[in-house]
Parts: sequence; structure tokens; C-alpha cells
Amino acid sequence: MKKRSIGLAARLCALSCAAFVAVMFCWFAHPRFVATAGAAETSLPSPPTEATATLKHGAELAVIGDCAVCHTANRGAPFAGGRPLDTPFGTIYSTNITPDRQTGIGAWSLDDFTNSMRNGIARDGHHLYPAFPYPHFTHMTDADIAAIYAYLMSRDAVQATAPANHLIFPLGFRPLVAVWNLFFLHPGVEPDSEASATISTGTASTEAQLIRGKYLIDGPAHCAACHAPMNLLGAEKSGDAFGGNVIEGWEAPALTTLLHAPEPWTHDQLVAYLHTGLADQHGAAAGPMRPVTQSLANASDADIDAMATYLLSLQTQAATTSQAKTAAADIAQIHNGSMLFTSACASCHATHAPMTTFGGRPSLALSTAVNAQNPRDTLRLILNGIPAERGTRGAFMPGFADTFSNAQIADLAAFVRASFSSQTAWTLDEADVEKLRKETSEP
Amino acid sequence: MMTLVVNGVPHQLDIDPSTPLLYALRNQLGLHGAKYGCGLGQCGACTVIVGDQPVFSCLLAVAAVGTRAVRTIEGLGSAENPSKLQQAFIDKQAAQCGYCIAGMVMRAQALLERVPSPTDEQIRTHMEPNLCRCGTHTRILAAIRDARQPA
Repeated sequence: MKKRSIGLAARLCALSCAAFVAVMFCWFAHPRFVATAGAAETSLPSPPTEATATLKHGAELAVIGDCAVCHTANRGAPFAGGRPLDTPFGTIYSTNITPDRQTGIGAWSLDDFTNSMRNGIARDGHHLYPAFPYPHFTHMTDADIAAIYAYLMSRDAVQATAPANHLIFPLGFRPLVAVWNLFFLHPGVEPDSEASATISTGTASTEAQLIRGKYLIDGPAHCAACHAPMNLLGAEKSGDAFGGNVIEGWEAPALTTLLHAPEPWTHDQLVAYLHTGLADQHGAAAGPMRPVTQSLANASDADIDAMATYLLSLQTQAATTSQAKTAAADIAQIHNGSMLFTSACASCHATHAPMTTFGGRPSLALSTAVNAQNPRDTLRLILNGIPAERGTRGAFMPGFADTFSNAQIADLAAFVRASFSSQTAWTLDEADVEKLRKETSEP
Repeated sequence: MMTLVVNGVPHQLDIDPSTPLLYALRNQLGLHGAKYGCGLGQCGACTVIVGDQPVFSCLLAVAAVGTRAVRTIEGLGSAENPSKLQQAFIDKQAAQCGYCIAGMVMRAQALLERVPSPTDEQIRTHMEPNLCRCGTHTRILAAIRDARQPA
């Protein structure tokens, strides 16, 4: 009995050994094992897999595209949507693009995602509003769209449903967008020179940089979405891609007149502005541009370089004759503005104030807003300031909307213009300021 | 000469119109509650209520106040008879060195007059312009929560 049981045990043992060997043989022979074992032998630490390289690429494109800027509510979870976008046609709330299956895009395939990026059509077939800049994303390569998809799908899933849109009649009827698309959606992938790989090595030719810059600016970065004048149907006017526009209460300046500034923009100044939100010969990013530069802070040097190179190639020549002041400034207004400036602004903005002598902050004489044809951004800056944001660094300016009356803000802006800029004086009164106060200007 | 109404009392002042309101309060009127902190509108130690808004008195020319009423911490209550908000600051021991406190109280007061039962998030957002270098922000927030009316 005992002998027999030993025999049984031996047989069982042999059987399990045989099974183990068989399993191990199959496993070692499996292609995945062979592949990983091979990789481990050739280099340590192992190089990034294709998947992680795609994720990194997707993350870089997502910061250039500012996805999180629009798709994140004020102090909400990243990419979970819910941020109100004020358009001339009503308020549109950005949607949840986290991988949550119920409320986000977790159930979307790559094809679904690509269809939304190229054609503005959601997974369930409804048309997205062009506040989502698919007329730009349509120009991106399949590989880039796939990389953004992979990156978004790697984010934390958040359950969040955006509030309902408030649009003027009849725009709640989405099929109308299909008609809009017939006129204003121009599909077609733009050439991208990144594949040549010379960009990342820092030896890119100017030509390659121009191609790459144009691809980024027309495609993922969608600069013209804010900087192009719009027609009555909310589409960018063709042929004037960077002529400037008013967006969320702020003037998005023309990007073709960068050489007309008191100090003409240079490549280095553009790089500094896009990467840090501050150009020491022009000023700090404010309003809706501020979050854009905060996002671009994480873009690669090569991509910022390429965008700056392309932007500079778009410039019209500055007028040769310097503009003389034509309109006479209102003396009483200037006098009152000067008094307000002395107490409210001079501690930072006077010629020799500490603020203007360190930290790369330019004199108001160089400020883009103060030298603009339209006083809008100067008034906006006085009203709203540049708010400090929790957890971020960068320029700060207190707003004076609650401190000064409309007439006082008009006086202050008129004084700043007359005293710091060589451009034509602004004709301003309290009604101009009142108009801006009534606009929504959430950055 | 200009007239400045502070805590309900009109005062005749003969000073440079561009003098910051803070200096007029402290030097001309002897009201030393509001403090000079940074002079740049970055710390909030000088906050007083003008009209119904909290403002940095270090940045507001006295002539620009116009007919708006100015209220300072001295108008809110006294050591013997503190206001509800001041009592909450005392109860929560919100002051350490105390330099920022007059500004903190006046900014919070402006909020509570407009929104009697603010949410925690509303309080945080509203109080953001004011800094406490000792770091008693959590006690300051607790005091304001104590002083709000139950929702």
C-alpha cells in the first residue's frame, strides 16, 4: 500500500514536471517573451517602447493644442470639460474628454476620435460646434491625431457632464453645422517636416522649420481661431488668417504686424513670449492668451522655435513714415489721469520704479496694449488686471474695476496713451468703459 | 480743500489730490488700522471699503474717492464692542503678528455684506488678494466661516 502510494506520487510528480516543462517551453517560445528578453539583453535601461513614445508625442501635441485650457472648468479636473466659452452665438460648454465611458470619450475608438478631429462629428453622429477647432485639427496627420488619442486615453477618467449650451435660435439645431461645414471646413492634411527628424536635433534648416511651424500653427495650435477676423457666421475670414479679432472681451492682436511694434518683434522675443508668457520688449500675456502661454511652457524648444520662425515669415513691412499724433488729447482728462496714475500705477510703472528695472518687465512705452490702435486691451488690463492664479507663477497686476469709476478708467487710459506712446491719442469716455464692463471677459 | 467721508463722518482735507487714501487716513485722520504693506496692491494690508467694494487704499488717490463713503476697521467695532466678524477673528485666534488683520477683516466684511452666506470656495476666491506672512490663513478662513449666516 505504501509502495503503491509512493508510485502514485512519483507518477503525479513526473506528470506535473512534464506539464511544467511543456508550459515553460510554450512560454519561452512565445514571441512576446522572445521580444522582451531580446530587448532586455541589448540595452539597460530599456528604451521607451513605441507606446510610451506615442504618449509623450501626444502630450506635446496636447499642450500645443491647449486641449486642457478649454476642456477644463475653473478649478475642475483636467480634461473633464465644463468651461463656458462665450461666443457671439451664445455660450458653449466644453465637453469631457477624459476616458470615462459614460460621460467622456472612453467608449470612443480611434476612428471615432479621428472623425471628430477631422470632420467635427461625435461618436453618436451629432455635429460638434466649431468652437471646437476641428477646422484646424483637420489639417493634422493621422499619426498626430492617434498620438493625442493615446495620450487622452491614458488620463484619469473623470465622471462629469457639461452643462447644456445656451445658443441663440436656431443654432441649437445641430444639423445646421453640416451646412456650415460645406462652406468653412476645408479638409486636407498639411505637410509636416517633423518626420525628417532634423528638427529635434537642432539642425533644422529654416525651410524645415517653416514647414513645421506652419503645420503647428495652422493645425494643432489653431492660432487663427482667435487671431483671425470672423465673418458673420463665425468662420475665419479666408485670406486674412492672422488679421486680429476680439475674443472673450480682449483684442487678439494681428499677428502680421509684429514689425510695427515700438521694438519690432524678434525671433528671441517670440520664443520668450510663447514659452514664458513674458517678452521683455513687449509685455506679459494677459486675458485668454495667458493660459495659452502657460500650456506652451511645456512645449518643446524645437516646436516653439519653429512656430516663432513661421510667425516672423508672415510679417508685413512696417510703415516707413512714423505716425505723428494727429488727435489732440483732452487736457483735463490727461490731468486727471496723471493724478490717478501717480497713486495707482507709478509704484510699478513709473520710469524708474523697481518693477521696471528688474525681472524683465518692459516700460509701458513698449507695451503692445498701450501702443495698439484700439484701447480695448489697455482698458481690459486696468479693469481686470492680470490675476494671480493658485499654483502658478508669472506676471501679476491688480485689477481696478472695483476701485475706479468708468470715467476715471477712461482718464487713466488716455493719460497712459498720451504719456507713453507715440501713437495717435485715444478718444475715450466713460461709455467706452461701461461697454467693456458689460461684456463677459472670463479668460 | 476736499471732503472725505470716513466711517460716516465728513472731514475737510487740504492735501495733494494724488496722495494715496491710506496716507490721508493714517496721517491726516489718525486712523492707524489700515497698514502700509507693499504699496503695490499685492498684499492687501491697506484694504478698506470704499462705496461697497474692498480697495487697496495705498493705490487710490484721495481725490479719486469722490463722494463714495470710506469705511475702515475703526468704523466696524471697538475692542470693547467688536463686530460679529471681529469677534469671530478673536474666537478663532486668527491674528499672529496682526499686521494684515485690519485688511483681512475689511475685505471679508465687504463679502459678507454682499453675500451673507458665502461658500468656502467663494470665501477663498474673495480673500485671495490679501496675504498673511505669518501664515494664519486657515484660521482667518475659519473666522470668516464662523461669521457667515447659516445658509
